[in-house]
Amino acid sequence: MTVIPGPFPPVLEVENLCIAYADSSGERRAVHDVSFRINPGEVVALVGESGSGKTTTAQSIIGLLAANGRVERGSIRLNGTDIARWTDRQLDTVRGARISLVPQDPGSSLNPVKTIGSQLGEIFRIHGALRSDEIEARVISLLARVGLSEPALRARQYPHELSGGMRQRVLIAIAIALKPQLIIADEPTSALDVTVQKRILDLIDELRAEYGAAVLLVTHDLGVAADRADRIVVLKGGRIQEQGATGAVLAAPRSPYTRQLLADAPSFTAPLRLAAVRPSIASAPDDIVVVEGLVREFVREGGGSALRAVDDLSFRVRRGTTHAVVGESGSGKTTTIRSIVGFDRPTAGRIAIDGIDVSGLTGEGLRQFRRKVQLVYQNPYGSLDPRQNVLQIVTEPLTNFLGLRRSDREEKARTILARVGLPEEALGRRPLALSGGQRQRVAIARALVLDPQLVVLDEAVSALDVSVQARILDLLDELQSDLGLTYLFVSHDLAVVRQISDTVSVLKDGRLVDGGTVSDVFENPRSDYTRELINAIPGRKRRAAA
Amino acid sequence: MTTFETLHEDAVADARRESNRRSSAASRLRRLPVGLALSWLILGTVVLWAIAPSLFSAFNPLQGVGGEQLQRPSAEHLLGTDALGRDLYARIVHGAVHSLTGAFVAVGLGLVLGTALGVIAGSVQRRLDDAIMRLVDVLLSIPPLLLSLSIIILLGFGTVNAAIAVGVTSVAGFARLARAEVVRVRRSDYVEAAFGSGGTFASVLWRHVLPNSLTSVVAFAALQFGSAVLQISTLGFLGYGAPPPTPEWGLLIAEGRNYISTAWWLTTAPGIVVVLVVLAANRVSQSFGKVAA
Repeated sequence: MTVIPGPFPPVLEVENLCIAYADSSGERRAVHDVSFRINPGEVVALVGESGSGKTTTAQSIIGLLAANGRVERGSIRLNGTDIARWTDRQLDTVRGARISLVPQDPGSSLNPVKTIGSQLGEIFRIHGALRSDEIEARVISLLARVGLSEPALRARQYPHELSGGMRQRVLIAIAIALKPQLIIADEPTSALDVTVQKRILDLIDELRAEYGAAVLLVTHDLGVAADRADRIVVLKGGRIQEQGATGAVLAAPRSPYTRQLLADAPSFTAPLRLAAVRPSIASAPDDIVVVEGLVREFVREGGGSALRAVDDLSFRVRRGTTHAVVGESGSGKTTTIRSIVGFDRPTAGRIAIDGIDVSGLTGEGLRQFRRKVQLVYQNPYGSLDPRQNVLQIVTEPLTNFLGLRRSDREEKARTILARVGLPEEALGRRPLALSGGQRQRVAIARALVLDPQLVVLDEAVSALDVSVQARILDLLDELQSDLGLTYLFVSHDLAVVRQISDTVSVLKDGRLVDGGTVSDVFENPRSDYTRELINAIPGRKRRAAA
Repeated sequence: MTTFETLHEDAVADARRESNRRSSAASRLRRLPVGLALSWLILGTVVLWAIAPSLFSAFNPLQGVGGEQLQRPSAEHLLGTDALGRDLYARIVHGAVHSLTGAFVAVGLGLVLGTALGVIAGSVQRRLDDAIMRLVDVLLSIPPLLLSLSIIILLGFGTVNAAIAVGVTSVAGFARLARAEVVRVRRSDYVEAAFGSGGTFASVLWRHVLPNSLTSVVAFAALQFGSAVLQISTLGFLGYGAPPPTPEWGLLIAEGRNYISTAWWLTTAPGIVVVLVVLAANRVSQSFGKVAA
């Protein structure tokens, strides 16, 4: 691939980069002949799904490949100097000072036993950039610059005292402290709520403009890339599929993979369903879920007033439709659904599922109730027993309820596994040997094998890549129309909600702030909070252009 | 490596079957560290001593030969003879069965009783949990040797009673570990999901909680094996174990003590055997922990 020289010398030039990882069976190449360049002040997005080599590429630039990784050939030129084979000692002079990194997970990227101030001050100490008496003042001004309130107080606090968004701001402060020429942002917002995500990306944009730094934005979300990047590099399986100016790539994608990504990104797709397409909504007044005046309080340890996680929440869901419960972390959406599936007892209020009052159920009654309502968890890595194989996982609910013979149970499990699109050879495998999308299919199969009436999906697709997410959403939609299921879909992602839901409830701080059909809520949001959530959906630039 | 291969066949067939299931045994052997191989070799030899002692030594461990008292180690008597003219090597080989069964009974008792207590404490409501765990705390607060001595005085002397006494001291450790593991596993999504798909308390406990929480308990049991050998020998040394002339290792050390200035090998040889077995058991249990992690 030839690189056309720009008007300025590029900050970073990656040429024919090949990276391999060593494992027990030899070396496996993860990045093949990747070439791209970043000009000063430019934002370049590396887009791809997990396993596409985008993080490997980003790590190699700053010399942080995993111990078994190796740059096989190619060059990484920073201002014309090839740093691809530099030792750690040489790289230390560059890291933080000329290239810096905003890591992916703000939860684990800060040292829990040191204060924010000392961690931020460390970068000045390491590079000997400031005298020690100047450091404190500089730290506080930086914390103020990245938008933290009461910076002097924050500098004395520990990471656990800050929210995820605040921690990410601290990490950004560390990254910009020495005014580097290039900031590598590795999925900087994927662990954050949508509105926080938007604010963090706005901050990175703002700082880039102020300091004139170039940004390499690593993301799986084409919507984010569309909004923020000047140029996009699309990676798949370690190879560049396509690269070019953002507008051009989005308007006329050349590679089929980019077209696929565009089709899968929920922020770009049109709603799957409109009220008119689903006549059942209007005609059948049959409510399968009735929640009235739900209140759940948690007693705080050490006294004090009780914490109200859910405050006077009411909504109804018609049979055969999808209802979305939307809110950010701490909005009470998880508490609500835990009450609905009978894992948690509400403090007050009434929940009726298919005419059965859930809060009155105990023991065997509760066990029988579970046949009607099934929950699919957010994290397919945690919700499957690592010691069972796929077939055992899916037959287990049948063993619990129906007095079927073993062969009949397995027959039924096989049918449902085929229905969710899991290959036959996967049946004997354990969850560890499956991909995230396959695991979530297993979890869905386990939920469906008892023929439930209501399936509660707790952020069931948010841990998955966009293309996998799109496949799972298609599957859910198909299963709903075939089996007449009702879904209660919990999510923080409004783009996904708009795609698959009929009705929606928006929660904030345990209260219902907006509710109704999806088109109503999206077109005429009644609360500022809903408007903020809608504005935070990435990919608006592209939608505006389209 | 050849000696190891042959011994490996008989002694640790179980472990081998296990490893066959997980990955090919051949590739596993190639990566086997030397220390671990040696540890298996030692444990394997000791197990063989216990199973078929007469294969290793032709001498009678209980009857002395007149005129051959307190001989130095030689080609005939590998480790010399004791004050009654009994071959020391033969006594160590024949003593393995006493020390090993003692250790097995002790660990088995601790494992079963301790794990049962821990699993119950970890899965029931707060109050019973508290009651069980405070009882365990009380057990932990008594020095183990004092506890085993008191139990032996209550039960009477003998190999099995000594083993029970040692086993009781490890109940608390097993209970703590098992409870911690059960509490961790119980909080996981898959256990809640199992309740969600209609599992009863007992079936979820059996199918999900137990298999997922026992890995570290098993590794701990292997570790306890070494210290049980040591504790049983200690009791034997103090005269609370099997009565003479049983060739129990602790007793051998105690008997040899009287001749330490003239016949040092009488205490040293059984002492080294005990140390090697304990170290080997520790190394092997460490490798269990690694596989689990």
